[in-house]
Amino acid sequence: MIEYQNIFTQVQARAHPHDGVPFSHGTWVRSEEPFFSYWIGKLGNAQIGPFYLGFLGLASIVCGALAFFLIGMNYLASVNWNPIMLVRNLFWLSLDPPAPKYGLSWPPLNDGGWYMIVSTFLLLSVLLWWGRTYVRARALGMGTHVAWAFASAIWLFLVLGLFRPILMGSWSEGVPYGIFSHLDWTAAFSIRYGNLFYNPFHALSIVFLYGSTLLFAMHAATILAVTRYGGDRELEQITDRGTATERAALFWRWTMGFNATMESIHRWAWWFAVLTTLTGGIGILLTGTAVDNWYLWAVKHGVAPAYVTDWSPVADPALAAGGVR
Amino acid sequence: MTMLSFEKKYRVRGGTLVGGDLFDFWVGPFYVGFFGVTTAFFSILGTALIFYGASMGPTWNPWQINIAPPDLSWGLSAAPLAEGGLWQAITICAIGAFGSWALREVEICRKLGMGYHVPFAFSVAIGAYVTLVVIRPVLMGAWGHGFPYGIFSHLDWVSNVGYQYLHFHYNPAHMLAVTFFFTTTMALALHGSLILSSVNPKKGETVKTPEHEDTYFRDLIGYSVGTLGIHRVGLFLALSAGFWSAVCIVISGPFWTRSWTEWWSWWLDLPIWS
Repeated sequence: MIEYQNIFTQVQARAHPHDGVPFSHGTWVRSEEPFFSYWIGKLGNAQIGPFYLGFLGLASIVCGALAFFLIGMNYLASVNWNPIMLVRNLFWLSLDPPAPKYGLSWPPLNDGGWYMIVSTFLLLSVLLWWGRTYVRARALGMGTHVAWAFASAIWLFLVLGLFRPILMGSWSEGVPYGIFSHLDWTAAFSIRYGNLFYNPFHALSIVFLYGSTLLFAMHAATILAVTRYGGDRELEQITDRGTATERAALFWRWTMGFNATMESIHRWAWWFAVLTTLTGGIGILLTGTAVDNWYLWAVKHGVAPAYVTDWSPVADPALAAGGVR
Repeated sequence: MTMLSFEKKYRVRGGTLVGGDLFDFWVGPFYVGFFGVTTAFFSILGTALIFYGASMGPTWNPWQINIAPPDLSWGLSAAPLAEGGLWQAITICAIGAFGSWALREVEICRKLGMGYHVPFAFSVAIGAYVTLVVIRPVLMGAWGHGFPYGIFSHLDWVSNVGYQYLHFHYNPAHMLAVTFFFTTTMALALHGSLILSSVNPKKGETVKTPEHEDTYFRDLIGYSVGTLGIHRVGLFLALSAGFWSAVCIVISGPFWTRSWTEWWSWWLDLPIWS
């Protein structure tokens, strides 16, 4: 018995592209004539565009492109302007934060100065884009939930690059801009502070990250399973419950004894995703500022067992060299 | 109280895979079915075994209770209960319970005339679990390569196994898995936000339409995948996260035994530039 499971769109209807609902404020016009892509239409909407640029969008893209360009030029400089070596070493290249000796002062260009400039433009780009998510929603008369969810991600970004370095007294605490280098930073950060797995806020963040993935799998699968009853039209199902919502709700009620509603599942989704970066940011902010070793913290509070130490204590070489704690 | 206002008309017989009408009933809000019985059997037995294992251990501190797999010296044989046999029995119960739960979901799908997306998605998660506690230990030749059942003990296992390969972040499948987890969470935030911002609009505005949803994302990034498409994208992202998680651990040991940082040397040694 083969049933259609609605994984791909089999028949695509084509009409004049939708120009978008009118917006209440904004001095720019939507760009270009929208067009269709047959292959994208297999998965989702075939229509691409129109696009509203606006001042915030333009400024954000310019700042972001500048940051991207400056990182690329620093990479190129580090391989002696050899484009082939840029490709070969791309994952290994890095634009690093200033050395610890500069503290919170402005470092020379070639010793972290470019990093500070790039960070400034990146921050501007992200904040301008946040403004865009807010203003475009208001221009359509919608709520600002996208902006506030984005703000939670920006919180983690600010903790990593701004708040924690200031509390630690050094811009050297920032995350380097590079593929492998930011992974190295993450691993070294965890080891330096006694294994981040013992940080309860890190644990919460992971729970919400995995929980978000679980929730999206559950929600997306449920909706796809009731698309034959029109379940993908969620707004209509919220305001005027149909059999799709009733079946989706009963599926989970019969499976696990509890169900969300068509609106509340999106509140669960929003909070799980938002709490991922919210708790993650708290965990990073406390590390090195309030807690120096998460393993010892966990032993002290009776959550982790105290393992037998059958080796002699090792002095931290960073402290011996007079580095920042 | 156990039934929703509209529930009665959906509670009809049929759709079972096994057992005909014998187990075709509800207990409170829960549907039972043949696989409800087997789920209860495996989960109650497994939970009891965990408590039994905890009682033999040194602590009742819930953070520290640990049911460890057998020592590596037991290889792929059955170990005595106190020396990892409990872990083996609990693993069998877990797989039995997860599999029963998935098949019970299939029966509920059939009862409600729904597609099979949820049990399929769940089976990807079960596959990742089985990869971790059965496939990889079998490929490595010892049940001792399974991960321990305990809150902090499993975190220690993840840490230790990661550092056995020097730096697990360099594992390319791990990179993909992490990227899919982050992307799924971002997509979930965007989807949840978009629905909530449409049905909870600016004060004084009426509830918005799917056309507003599409317009918002087209204004923002030039494309809106649409009300149907976002659920296909979400399911793909979420299942990819689970799938690549399974791949990243099953290749560590059975197919790559050295440092994951070293693995990348093939790229640096490509003939075009070396």
